[in-house]
Amino acid sequence: MASLTELANPTRFMRYSAVLLPWFAGAALVLLALGFYLAWFVAPADYQQGETIRIMFVHVPAAWLALMFYTMMAVSALGTLVWRHPLADVAQKAAAPIGAAFSLICLITGAFWGKPMWGTYWVWDARLTSVLVLFLIYLGIIALWRTLDEPSRAGRAVAILTLVGFVNVPIIKFSVDWWNTLHQPASVFRMGGPTIDASMLQPLLILAVGFTLLALALHLVAMRAEIMRRRVRTLTIFEAERLDRLAAQGAAA
Amino acid sequence: MRRAFFAILRRDLALATRAGGGGELALVFFLTLVVLVPFALGPDLNLLSRIGPAILWLGALLATLIGLDRLFQGDEEDGSLDLIRASVLPLELAVLAKGLAHWLTTGLPLALCAPLLGLLVALPAEAMLPVAATLLAGTPALSFIGATGAALTASLKRGGLIVPVLVAPLTVPVLIFGVSASNSALGGTIPFLTPFLILCALSLAAIVIGTIAAAAALRQAD
Amino acid sequence: MSSLGPHAGFILAAYGAVAVILGGLIAAILLDHRAQKRALDALEQRGIGRRSGSTS
Repeated sequence: MASLTELANPTRFMRYSAVLLPWFAGAALVLLALGFYLAWFVAPADYQQGETIRIMFVHVPAAWLALMFYTMMAVSALGTLVWRHPLADVAQKAAAPIGAAFSLICLITGAFWGKPMWGTYWVWDARLTSVLVLFLIYLGIIALWRTLDEPSRAGRAVAILTLVGFVNVPIIKFSVDWWNTLHQPASVFRMGGPTIDASMLQPLLILAVGFTLLALALHLVAMRAEIMRRRVRTLTIFEAERLDRLAAQGAAA
Repeated sequence: MRRAFFAILRRDLALATRAGGGGELALVFFLTLVVLVPFALGPDLNLLSRIGPAILWLGALLATLIGLDRLFQGDEEDGSLDLIRASVLPLELAVLAKGLAHWLTTGLPLALCAPLLGLLVALPAEAMLPVAATLLAGTPALSFIGATGAALTASLKRGGLIVPVLVAPLTVPVLIFGVSASNSALGGTIPFLTPFLILCALSLAAIVIGTIAAAAALRQAD
Repeated sequence: MSSLGPHAGFILAAYGAVAVILGGLIAAILLDHRAQKRALDALEQRGIGRRSGSTS
């Protein structure tokens, strides 16, 4: 039975992920709690940005995770197309909403940081614009998942889209940089700023690791849900076919 | 092999130019879009001539993307896609032929009509030719990036808006360099050729990547 | 956190947005996980899933 060998690998994944999951979630909670404590009560206010520097502690990890999840999806896409790994498209499907959520967090916190600092919620700065386009690509990928219902076929289609997007991301970044230097508004924008002090770098790193672990834990849960969804789907189809056969036999007898 | 390639090309051209084909509809849609813009912005000719290239480029982009979902769907429905898959012609070349036919019936007419529509948005005379040239060089990229999206959704009964949603973010570089090349012809610090050559490079890259990706998508679909 | 300075509203709004989005994401994923687990358990109760003990 072909479906049984197909289930073998996901079954092992279900067992390992059940063991790993509490550790990931627990470590994420501890690190996030520690990081937020340091970020809110210990780290000083920035001498230029004032208290708004507190927004950086979620903004930067979100940006990093938005990029990391897209990279993970591209690797999974290769796994789907080249190695035909049975878990690759599960990983990819589970990653898309998480990556989209973190790029949205990055955009929104950026807007709330930008208003007091630059006087506007949004500037068409190269970096902001690139993240916005990345968010649109995430939405397109999710939309394609939702329109194709047969999982393995949808997985391959989305894998191709993800790879085409992955090739495009550097090109988009390059052209947005070009476009931005053409339209550079009066220079209110200075991101580099003062070098980050250790009292800020430490909570930032702790929070980055914490958010990453949280995102990975969520990814594991979403993958488990997806595997179960597929098993439910397969079993329902088997059952319908069995009932069909029974009905046919009953009619013949 | 060459005969099969030209057979597909001829067939798609015939289908598109026949009554009800996508070709002239895209052109009418382009015209409608360009006409709608002044109603939204007001008839200020100075403003319109300043953003004229951008209007024409946006119009061409939308007119190309809206009709793209039918690129492979019709063939999937009537089974000709299965014949193409089974033929001696590599699927990549078949996609190339279909993309080329799409460009010849949408991108090329759009580029040729752009100077006429440019009159409506008070495009300065010296910008007419550059805008048409950038559209000529840039629309192949739109056709072939779009072909990937169309191939991914070929099996859907109703593609509708999904293809523009998938494809539009990927066309950002083409739009940027198309408009900035057009604008640099109107004056400015950068010479026309710099963005124009990048636009040509984008088009060539899109033809290669789009063809390979679309063929891969069609192969996965069965 | 004695005082957040003149921009307290923006800081709180940013953290509020993060809480809403992350909370929504976590809730959606956990609810989906629970729904799929229930559906699978229901199938297995009816004796359809022939592989038991593999779900968690």
